[in-house]
Amino acid sequence: MSFDLIIDWLQATLRWSAPLLLVSIGEVFAERSGIINMGIEGIMLSGALCGIAICYLTKSVTLAVLVTLLLGAVLGMGVAYLTVSRRTNQVVTGLMINMLALGATDLLFGLLSGSRHVRVATFPTLFPKSFHSIPVVGKILFQQPVSTWVAFILPFLAALVLYRTTWGLNVRSVGDNPQAAATAGLSVIKIKYQTVILSGIFAALGGCVLTLGEVGYFASGGMTGGRGFIVMAAVVVGGWDPLRTAAACIIFGAADAAQLRFQAVGSVIPYQFLQMLPYVITVISLTIMVKRSRVPKTWGAAYDPEDV
Amino acid sequence: MVENEFALQMQDITKRFPGVLANDRISLDCKKGEVMGLLGENGAGKTTLMNVLYGLHQPDGGKILIDGKEVQITSPSAAIHYGIGMVHQHFKLVDTLTALENIVLGMPTKKAFLDLAPARERLMQLSDEYGLHVDPDTEIWRLPVGQQQWVEILKSLYRDAKILVLDEPTAVLAPAESDQLCQAIHRLTEEGRSIIFISHKLREVMEITDRVTIIRDGKYIGTIQTKEATQLKLAQMMVGRPVSIVRQPRPVIEKKEPILVMKDVNANDDRGVQALKNFNLTVNAGEIVGVAGVDGNGQRELSECISGLRKLTSGSITVKGKQVTDVVADPSFIGFIPEDRQKTGLVMDFSVAENLIIKDYYKEPYAKKNILHHPVIKKHAKELIEKYNIKTPSGDVKVRNLSGGNQQKVIIARELDAEPVLDVASQPTRGLDMGAVANVHDILLKERNRGAAILFISAELQEVMALSDRIIVLFRGEVMGVLDGDKADASTIGQMMLGQSPEVAI
Repeated sequence: MSFDLIIDWLQATLRWSAPLLLVSIGEVFAERSGIINMGIEGIMLSGALCGIAICYLTKSVTLAVLVTLLLGAVLGMGVAYLTVSRRTNQVVTGLMINMLALGATDLLFGLLSGSRHVRVATFPTLFPKSFHSIPVVGKILFQQPVSTWVAFILPFLAALVLYRTTWGLNVRSVGDNPQAAATAGLSVIKIKYQTVILSGIFAALGGCVLTLGEVGYFASGGMTGGRGFIVMAAVVVGGWDPLRTAAACIIFGAADAAQLRFQAVGSVIPYQFLQMLPYVITVISLTIMVKRSRVPKTWGAAYDPEDV
Repeated sequence: MVENEFALQMQDITKRFPGVLANDRISLDCKKGEVMGLLGENGAGKTTLMNVLYGLHQPDGGKILIDGKEVQITSPSAAIHYGIGMVHQHFKLVDTLTALENIVLGMPTKKAFLDLAPARERLMQLSDEYGLHVDPDTEIWRLPVGQQQWVEILKSLYRDAKILVLDEPTAVLAPAESDQLCQAIHRLTEEGRSIIFISHKLREVMEITDRVTIIRDGKYIGTIQTKEATQLKLAQMMVGRPVSIVRQPRPVIEKKEPILVMKDVNANDDRGVQALKNFNLTVNAGEIVGVAGVDGNGQRELSECISGLRKLTSGSITVKGKQVTDVVADPSFIGFIPEDRQKTGLVMDFSVAENLIIKDYYKEPYAKKNILHHPVIKKHAKELIEKYNIKTPSGDVKVRNLSGGNQQKVIIARELDAEPVLDVASQPTRGLDMGAVANVHDILLKERNRGAAILFISAELQEVMALSDRIIVLFRGEVMGVLDGDKADASTIGQMMLGQSPEVAI
């Protein structure tokens, strides 16, 4: 493997990790409050299309991001209504959202343009062109779109919020013992809504970064390719900790980037096997890590405020 | 009468649940600086009433007055606002958070970031003031239950509760801790705070409270001055008929066939710490051997070893000459009444009928060729429900919906109906009310007279003394002494329970 290829791989690792990182932040909060938002795959997909569509229609990346955030909040609110207020099964609800999103995005994308190749502007880079030619770091860091930088800074902020703020304490207590949180005077329902909406917002943003971060186009047929599910695995592997989850996301991102490089270089292994790499790593790491993690005590369980 | 003599008045509180009238026009009041007892059997509606007070349930009728003013308590935060603090029977603490974090949890604050320094100072101050010491930085799951209770009380005091509700607070406390609690209660009432003390233990109600309100089956029975009450009178009001735990006469059984023989048994607890040390015990047919001791001195491990649920590190256990090597699931051999009936004894979401065959479900006549035969299962349930007087609408009702006493009856029926040679009853009366306790005692005594060997483990010294032919005292996994059930006295056993050898004790 040549030096250039390694540089290229590192650059792609950061880029491919960014959407995963963003999605994971919201999911960590939702799951810490006890709700598994399995709909993040579908919300991510919706965000991916929304970003492209708004950008295509308005030519404004900023507006695209804002509308995507709003869409994420609305979808998150929907998931929260079902899982928190109606106490539906969280796995079934998630699957439903994902299937709905898969069909809806394909349909809307078809309506949006007769042509399958809508290309739009992508996120700008944070640093001026002159930085880009700096050896090694220029390519790896300074050519990254602004979204990558944001995605790598946010997990630290998320950890700060989760462990150092009053709200973070509330979220942790709600997931571990909602009855205790309620007796302490907290509104469990409200906090769960907040975290699930947050997970919707970040999932949509992650999807938007997937399309507007680099490629600038949408591919029908579920272009997120199960990344939402990989994030869910990352959250478990990361033990519901924002930073460890971020590390897991980066490992998956690296695997994703690696398999693309291998395909490009050409190898004796059929490319289908290479494509499996991130998923295989997910399964292996889940098997190893799951036992060691401390699961939020009411993870995935419905909360009935009358149940005291 | 001073206008605000009463800190709290609850008038004609009614609360319905689907199919149950949990509180039927119950009234309770509490003066400032008073300890008000709330006495009733399990399922009488004590906890429901308190949950109404704390805003966890909305009453269907009646009103609540705080300081003479009518209030609507719509949520726990409203209750906290009105100065009500509650220590639930099952603690409402987040295990994974520290004591301090639990105490500040839910406190209204304008600061986004946690600032624990002032809270820590205040907590230490409260700890000293009331003599309730806890380490603020230890996670709850690492604290002993007694200290968890202190955290709960400090949590309420931190919120400056004027009315503190203690729901069965002594159930988890060692005697020394109970004394500490009493002292804290005195300090609180001296400051003019009111305490509502919920219990079904008469002795402590007599000791601690100023007045007592008694409820039964969701109905208000009466309120009396504790000074004018006797334990007997309270018991009668609570149960509706006279009851007491006394040693009943028993036939002498001559045949001394050893059934349970434990030799040099060593075993570890869940954490891998040695729980039983060179334990030797023989239980004969037609004999009740009572195991006295402070909870957590190896009782659980003892019962689990005998029933085969726990592996021995060394030694041997035989039952009627047969070595116990694996889980014994044959109720005609060992009848096992486990310590935690809800977790180990029953499948709470299964019906009564299903729970009754849980050890035999694969055998004929309940199943033929792996297919359950429901008419037989139902008939079996019906018979046992009648025989053991289990109060349930039918065998199809989920065990979860039965009262604690009736849940225990389901276990007893399942475990003892096949007439096992050995009964292991681990804390069989824990949390049961007096009527149900008497029922369990009667059954065990009948088992003895039938000729079963019975190992009876209980943390309640009174019942161990009332029921046992022989008493062994367990301390840190070792037998501190063996006493004759007829001659044992409480103070000797009490000293042995604290680890003093019988020579010193006598």
